[in-house]
Amino acid sequence: MSDDSLSRVFAALADPTRRDMVARLAVGDATVGQLAAPYDVSMQAVSKHIKVLEEAGLVSRSRDAQRRPCHLEAEVFDLMTKWIERYQQRAQERYRRLDAVLAEMNDGAAHTSNDNNDNPGLDPTIRGAAS
Amino acid sequence: MTTAAKYDVTISADAELPIIHMTRDFDATPAQLHRAHTDPELFARWVGPDGMDTRIEHWDARTGGSWRYVAGRDGEEYGFYGAFHEIRPDRIVQTFTFAGQPDGVALETLTFEDLGNGVTRLHAQSLVDSMEGRDQWLASGMETGVEEGYAKLDALLGEIDG
Repeated sequence: MSDDSLSRVFAALADPTRRDMVARLAVGDATVGQLAAPYDVSMQAVSKHIKVLEEAGLVSRSRDAQRRPCHLEAEVFDLMTKWIERYQQRAQERYRRLDAVLAEMNDGAAHTSNDNNDNPGLDPTIRGAAS
Repeated sequence: MTTAAKYDVTISADAELPIIHMTRDFDATPAQLHRAHTDPELFARWVGPDGMDTRIEHWDARTGGSWRYVAGRDGEEYGFYGAFHEIRPDRIVQTFTFAGQPDGVALETLTFEDLGNGVTRLHAQSLVDSMEGRDQWLASGMETGVEEGYAKLDALLGEIDG
């Protein structure tokens, strides 16, 4: 999945009505009319939302069935989850480095600018709190 | 390097607001965690990303102060800057901007919750400009804005899977 199509997925889900529709489609397929029922908006507006979801690849509509129910493409969500996991992985990587820094502080081995009194950027009260 | 960390980071995206929540526990006191976030030399050692050198260009970790650093590797440099809105022993509020996208600014609130027994929970909340901005941030990892960062991460993930 390219960055562009991923951005389309996220953009499609940035709208609360569309997120709500997706949540309902996660339960089962539904027609445009069924999807429109709870909202105080025109069928046209709902069709527009569905079109955005379709273009993002989140929703498909069968060609042959007369009612053309909307179907959620769960596969796309797996990809999204993967991206969030990557973000999580990156954060985890960073905090592992923080773990190492903190461990050194516990050992009293961290040599930092806090040891120098000539750093004007640090508030002495913070140094006091941290020592 | 690829050994599992003792604590996991939890990330969630608010359904209604452009906010990302992160929590992570550390074997440290709130004061130590605070220091790791406000001491420029300590901060530069962990903020990362891996393989990039962080050069602090300006650092005034006081309420009303500001900061600026550059992450670099192989001649490529990415600047970040922001303001320390409030610095308290248990809480840091700051803004965060990637210099490559100067129109975007995140408001970050970090709190250090003492869980006792030498464990402190970091709560990090980032409020960004829009849902789109938030979701793109989640998708692209604005921290580096570098495509090759993904390749590095893929390699890392590959090692972990293997």
